Amino acid sequence: MNSQLLSLAIWVPILGAVPVFAAGSERRCLVRWLALAVAIAGFLVTLPLYTRFDVTQAGMQFVEQAPWITRFNVQYLLGVDGISMPFILLNSFITVMVVLAGWEVIEEKQAQYMGAFLVMSGLMNGIFSALDGVLFYVFFEASLIPMYIIIGVWGGPNRVYAAIKFFLYTLLGSLLMLVALIWLFLESGGSFNILEWHRMPIAMGPQILIFIAFLVSFAVKVPMWPVHTWLPDAHVEAPTGGSVVLAAIALKLGAYGFVRFSLPIVPDASHYLAPLMIALSLTAVVYIGFVALVQADMKKLIAYSSISHMGFVTLGFFIFNAIGVEGALVQMISHGFISAAMFLCVGVMYDRMHSRMIADYGGVVHTMPKFAGLFVFFAMANSGLPATSGFVGEFMVILGAIKANFWMGFAAATTLILGAAYTLWMIKRVVFGAVANDHVAALEDINGREFLVLGLLAACVLAMGLYPFPFTEVMHASVDNLLKHVAVVKLQ
Amino acid sequence: MKTLYLLVPLAPLAGAILAGFFSSILGRAGAHTVTSIGVAISFILSVLIFQDVQAGHVFNGAVYTWMESGGLKLEVGFLIDQLTVLMMLVVTFVSLMVHIYTIGYMAHDEENWPSGSKAGTNSYQRFFSYISLFTFSMLMLVMSNNFVQLFFGWEAVGLVSYLLIGFWSVRETAIYANLKAFLVNRVGDFGFLLGIGLVAAYAGSLDYAQVFAKRNELAALTEVVTGWPLITAICICLFIGAMGKSAQFPLHVWLPDSMEGPTPISALIHAATMVTAGIFMVSRMSPLFELSDTALSFVIVIGAITTLSMALIAIVQTDVKRVVAYSTLSQLGYMTMALGASAYSVAIFHLMTHAFFKAVLFLGAGSVIIAMHHEQDMRKMGGLRKYMPITYATMLIGAIANAGLPPFAGFFSKDSIIEAVHLAQVPGAHFAYYCALAAVFVGGLYSFRLIFFTFHGEERFRHGHDDHGHGHDAAHDAHDDHGHHGPVEPHESPKVVTLPLILLAIPAIASGWLIGTILYGNWFGNAITIAGVHKGMATMAEEFHGIFGMMAHGVTTLPFWLALSGAATAWYLYIARPDLPAVIKQKLAFPAMILEEKYGFDRFNDWFFAGGARLIGRGLWKGGDQMLIDGVMVNGSAGAVGWISGLVRLFQTGRIYQYAFWMIFGVFGLMTLWMSRV
Repeated sequence: MNSQLLSLAIWVPILGAVPVFAAGSERRCLVRWLALAVAIAGFLVTLPLYTRFDVTQAGMQFVEQAPWITRFNVQYLLGVDGISMPFILLNSFITVMVVLAGWEVIEEKQAQYMGAFLVMSGLMNGIFSALDGVLFYVFFEASLIPMYIIIGVWGGPNRVYAAIKFFLYTLLGSLLMLVALIWLFLESGGSFNILEWHRMPIAMGPQILIFIAFLVSFAVKVPMWPVHTWLPDAHVEAPTGGSVVLAAIALKLGAYGFVRFSLPIVPDASHYLAPLMIALSLTAVVYIGFVALVQADMKKLIAYSSISHMGFVTLGFFIFNAIGVEGALVQMISHGFISAAMFLCVGVMYDRMHSRMIADYGGVVHTMPKFAGLFVFFAMANSGLPATSGFVGEFMVILGAIKANFWMGFAAATTLILGAAYTLWMIKRVVFGAVANDHVAALEDINGREFLVLGLLAACVLAMGLYPFPFTEVMHASVDNLLKHVAVVKLQ
Repeated sequence: MKTLYLLVPLAPLAGAILAGFFSSILGRAGAHTVTSIGVAISFILSVLIFQDVQAGHVFNGAVYTWMESGGLKLEVGFLIDQLTVLMMLVVTFVSLMVHIYTIGYMAHDEENWPSGSKAGTNSYQRFFSYISLFTFSMLMLVMSNNFVQLFFGWEAVGLVSYLLIGFWSVRETAIYANLKAFLVNRVGDFGFLLGIGLVAAYAGSLDYAQVFAKRNELAALTEVVTGWPLITAICICLFIGAMGKSAQFPLHVWLPDSMEGPTPISALIHAATMVTAGIFMVSRMSPLFELSDTALSFVIVIGAITTLSMALIAIVQTDVKRVVAYSTLSQLGYMTMALGASAYSVAIFHLMTHAFFKAVLFLGAGSVIIAMHHEQDMRKMGGLRKYMPITYATMLIGAIANAGLPPFAGFFSKDSIIEAVHLAQVPGAHFAYYCALAAVFVGGLYSFRLIFFTFHGEERFRHGHDDHGHGHDAAHDAHDDHGHHGPVEPHESPKVVTLPLILLAIPAIASGWLIGTILYGNWFGNAITIAGVHKGMATMAEEFHGIFGMMAHGVTTLPFWLALSGAATAWYLYIARPDLPAVIKQKLAFPAMILEEKYGFDRFNDWFFAGGARLIGRGLWKGGDQMLIDGVMVNGSAGAVGWISGLVRLFQTGRIYQYAFWMIFGVFGLMTLWMSRV
């Protein structure tokens, strides 16, 4: 199949950002509509990736290949399989949501704001479709820049600290990855092709070192316990749109790295170090669950909740059974919808009250009943209620974990209690009860634009919960292939 | 036929969606009409399907494939057999009655909301939407042919229960109760999900029929990691789920607090249907439970503890709804005991009769509460029978049935449970039997105490409201807005309220008479499996000689006399000598305090679990995240870099003589080194 779909998915938003920047922040109306048009176009060009996707095929589809830096055999090599394709759609969809969410909320430098998100969207698509090590690395690192700017410019009072913490944390992690990539280049006799690395035999010693190099880089992104502390800070300071992209897409990059690099390139080290990975994942689920419980700041609470949910993703990958891995992928998509929606909900309240503190709220249902309904719905999805997407991934990973080891399933299933406890306790204090103060009493319910954004996300969450079949269907062939590949020893 | 099956849950769902999303367009009348019609369609179809199943048409099939992964095919589908169809009838009938009743009960709901609350504008419509949504969820639960859909229904009824307990969301007690209910249920669901996970891992399927087909292979296995006998582990995990939903000791704590919700849902959800989901589930799983005597023993002991301990609390309650709530807990304990005694059909039979008489009691209590202008404290009632004859008559029927006196429905089902427990051989059955007997006496006592306290004796509501300290503060608060402070003049409730009472009172009397058909005619067919070694039901079938034989035999046995003496005690304490209860309470201050404190569970849970979790969370956050990770690791490594560079900086002074000194010092050192080598 020869097509330029993936290039379109990457370059439409990036090139589309140019006129948005050019329009300048004085013409806000034009900027918004232009940004929305680009975002929607960016989403539309990704749709054929799903409709034309061949679910029976395990390998890469929509492959594009062109030489880039011939001296080092670096290629412009793109392609997606059932694992990466859904994330391109998710990313492009979330970009539309983010543009809508920043519609009239962002007053300063709106052109730059919208443009940054569009550029980032293209870069993220690049990460999910790059099959060349250098190309991947370039996209991976480049995506840091717009996010750094978004937090640093449109963020809260402590934004500079948070932006630098975010930048250093993730940059330090990825330097080790660069070392690993160069080692693989040399070892493979001069190739940056990731798929060739998949097939290349490597001795156990180097496998472990490479695994650790990748681990440091990806674990920071996920983030896994104990390198997670940058995330709550980044979320708290980021503007709503930044939090949405951070939670919905940026966190997925690390997890995606594990399935694209760690598992297939160094499968034996992955098996060898799986107990460590599982232990870190379960720690994330339980430890972070408790930490989330005592947060006083809603954004922090949801940030911790994200870390806990991402624990399910890494857990699912490292139990090496199909339902676990597919569950992890489903959880990634679902978390993209739900965490985005949760941050948007907090954003809706923040725009009106300029506070994220739980204690400043109470009885929101009496003044914003429509909003309250949606917020409670997303909270339920966050607690993993069946018929929402939040259930599907967690359920699959828990089933996979019990299959692997009962006690692992036991520890993972505690999220049923903890997740409900921290989410619904927040809901109780924010949404229900008597109207807490005059500020709450003066709240206006959500407008049409906000309703559209939250409603679309709610529809996604519900659809995925009621009928997850199409989502798992596209993954089957690739996941089976991955597991078969990982099961074979490839020591030298 | 499949379309009809599909229509049964979808009709109430359609009603719920219409009433929920188009509340302002439909208005009040529109909302209660569409939802009631939806449930009525469901009920009529259930009757038709009932007849079809009677004719021998059992259905088991999928509607659509929900998901497929790792060789596990998960479908949404229906299993329509005798067990299902009986549940469908009970659920849709009680739900329909509650829908009608609600038209009267919630008529003035705007009074319960603070002025200006936008959530209060459509609260009437929203309430109907919720109870229809509940009916949909409950039907999905009972009609499921697989564990995933069962779990969906299980959690969905929990969600609606959460929304309805906290319906009056302005009340702090209500939103505390609904969070508590959800979380305690989640503890049960935790076990339930582990059970489902074990089934999936070892049976490779979550379809009932496929799992049950493999049950003998499963029985031979042990769980690989833990070394537990597999089937026992599965059954106990599943039963923990039932303990949450069916409020069994020690996960019972949420049910009494759930009374914060409007009374119609106490009747529908927290008495007749949702709380019996656990009983239904275990009956559905009878092929598995029958293979583990350990699990059955666990079940029967938990049931026994619940039955007696909860009945005792009911004696000291003064809130009319809470008496009925504790009575519900006790009756659920009876059903659980029946499950442990392998008498699944008896448990389901009691579930059915209980649904009717307990719905009557709750709806009757609601009728009293309306008449008393939202007063729920029985100490402020008394003598209501001449003002509310229909409510009185129907509640009396409910109370007699609840106490288990012939020929009312409760007699047949409860007596059968006691007999089944008596015949059971699993460890703990003796203990359960004595608990059951003791609870019969207590049941007679609290049932008639409720009646006498509320409807007989002095008209205490004429004393006026001087002690605001007790009872239902929140209801008061909401109510004070439109002032009914003087003595109230109670009157019978409107027809929309009394009609459901009457319609429910009929089966509360008569449904027990079906005992011969339901229990002893192999009516359940293959829906329930009983192992050959558990002979209790077979023995009971041999000894059964029609309902008159059963009644004639019943009056010669201990349970009947215990129930009667319980009733007589209630009469003596609350009619003949109304001064005595206070005296007894004074003499037995300590046991009375234990009961009033509900054995201290709430206090302990608040302190240990809620407080403990917050303590751990704060410890991990401050100690782990902030001190160790951020403090030592992150800022520590930044600090280390700073410290080292600070050290190195000491040498970078910019003073030539210092550089010269160090240079000479270095040269000197190197030379010494070189010369000493030679």
